[in-house]
Amino acid sequence: MRILNLLKISFKAIILNKVRALLTMLGVIIGVASVIAMLAIGEGSKQSIKTQISNMGSNMITIRPYAERKAGVRLDRSEMQSLTLDDYEKIASEASLLTYVSPQVDGNGQVINGAENWPSSIYGVNTDYLAIKVWEIENGSMFTDAEVASAAKVAVIGQTVVENVFTNGEDPVGKMIRFNNIPFMVIGVLAEKGENTFGQDQDDVVLAPYTTVQKRILAIDYLQSIIASAVSEDQSADAVTEVTKIMDEAHGLQSGATADYEVRSMEELISTFSATSEMLTVLLVAIASISLLIGGIGIMNIMYVSVKERTREIGLRLAVGAKGADILMQFLIEAILISITGGIIGVVLGLSTTFIIETVLHWPTSVTASSIIISFAVCAVTGIFFGWYPARKAAALDPIAAMRYE
Amino acid sequence: MKKIAIQIDDLKREFRMGDEIVHALRGVSFTIEEGEFVTIMGTSGSGKSTMLNTLGCLDQPTSGSYKIDGVSVKELDKNQLAKIRNEKIGFVFQSYNLLPRTTALENVELPLLYNSSVSTEERRERALEALDKVGLSERLHHTPSQLSGGQQQRVAIARSLVNNPIVLLADEATGNLDTRTSYEIIALFQELNRQGKTIIFVTHEPDIASFSTRTIVLKDGQIIKDEKNTNIKDAKEELAAIPNED
Repeated sequence: MRILNLLKISFKAIILNKVRALLTMLGVIIGVASVIAMLAIGEGSKQSIKTQISNMGSNMITIRPYAERKAGVRLDRSEMQSLTLDDYEKIASEASLLTYVSPQVDGNGQVINGAENWPSSIYGVNTDYLAIKVWEIENGSMFTDAEVASAAKVAVIGQTVVENVFTNGEDPVGKMIRFNNIPFMVIGVLAEKGENTFGQDQDDVVLAPYTTVQKRILAIDYLQSIIASAVSEDQSADAVTEVTKIMDEAHGLQSGATADYEVRSMEELISTFSATSEMLTVLLVAIASISLLIGGIGIMNIMYVSVKERTREIGLRLAVGAKGADILMQFLIEAILISITGGIIGVVLGLSTTFIIETVLHWPTSVTASSIIISFAVCAVTGIFFGWYPARKAAALDPIAAMRYE
Repeated sequence: MKKIAIQIDDLKREFRMGDEIVHALRGVSFTIEEGEFVTIMGTSGSGKSTMLNTLGCLDQPTSGSYKIDGVSVKELDKNQLAKIRNEKIGFVFQSYNLLPRTTALENVELPLLYNSSVSTEERRERALEALDKVGLSERLHHTPSQLSGGQQQRVAIARSLVNNPIVLLADEATGNLDTRTSYEIIALFQELNRQGKTIIFVTHEPDIASFSTRTIVLKDGQIIKDEKNTNIKDAKEELAAIPNED
């Protein structure tokens, strides 16, 4: 009953000063709206990076030769011949934390179909490759283990290759193409994957059995890399340790010796990117929080002036029987009402700003419930915190002095 | 014997002003019975403001006792004093002290807002009744800026009546009004007094005293005169005697 009356009194005081209340709210509105929008942008970019990386296969592990020095010269990785088929077989048979393992050799060259030609890359892999890369065949099929074993001249091609060498829209499956003058039969077309995080066109690719690429294209018997997928993203760190152990054993490396290979997981990449975007988010939120703080100071400022201005009113209220606590509550409720109303408007404004950013600028955004709850809670607390001082000042007034205040 | 509304005994109030001690009241005693209309007079510095603040439970005496409606005020804390003000005292101020941009009705309701035992309906009812007593039933929804000085003071009087106080305390209640309106307000006080209200009117204007039933004169913090008036003038008659200027 008493609180209800105080609520009524505070509400009335706000209604009587609509414009002033609105101006007071402005700081909170802008603060809350910007916190929500900034968090949405930060969260959105973080998620889009994550999706892109997981499209590349977030649990992917890559084993590559480590470029060692020879006579003071650091060699190109592709010159290194430290990875062998034996390494692949050992990893494939011994590693327990890996689901798929594929050798990889690659080379560049010209894809030719009749009069059309297109510079592209050929990847020699095995049948596990698509599972590791989380990739699908859109049309036709992947080559088989038997075709890998027999070094068959079959190929699966990416969309970019299709667009550039099959220009009249015919079905590439079953057609013959040539890669660096070696004829390949196209047996499948990959689903479109788009650009990766680094802006590289992932569809500009020709996949063939690694045996074929080794023998026909590159004329090598070693591997350029081995790629594998861990059983889960969480276990990729353990899988890296396991693979390292197997490789150390296979290469007869003593502990402490410089390895001639390196094992990397996508997790490192993810954490690097997440850290960057997280830092950006923190920065954005910090800036937005400053405006929320300034909004709070705005409330304190206005409440302080309001207490001064209404000194006589406070004196009268005390004279007719208001207790100090009543006056304190009245001004505190007023501050909270202002900041909460501002908070609600701010949330609405923040959501619409986010929507506009998404539709007009096409930035990835993601509004999280926690960002709304947090910014709303912060502004309620702001109201209490910044309303407290002026409210206490009002409650401590001496009724006699307050009534005579001019 | 009539019921005692206010009883003060050897009341002293001292203020510290730097190193000096100012004796605003130096031992004042009197008893006011229910239904009296008392004028407390004195020049500025006589201690009448301090007297009013003490009677109004806005200030505590340094020593001596003060009982209102049988309750000794001396032992009460701030919150209990607020309760006494809320339930037993009605204030009327020189400058009306109405809330701006707030209707007459809401202004009158104000004291009851701080009394949690009064329901919304009862509050409205009592405010209407109080406004009717001061003759402002027609002006319920006017804000102070839409009312004349006299009407504003009537609203203030209605506000002081709304909690059915033991005593009405008026502080220079006619100070801001012209002669004619002053008489109207005094007539209203006399009318309320006739209905049984105890009124204490603090003023420095001697002619107001002649409308009251008793006059107390303070000087330098002490009572120099306290007597019942024998020849009480009627404000309504005086009003009729003033030539209408309009």
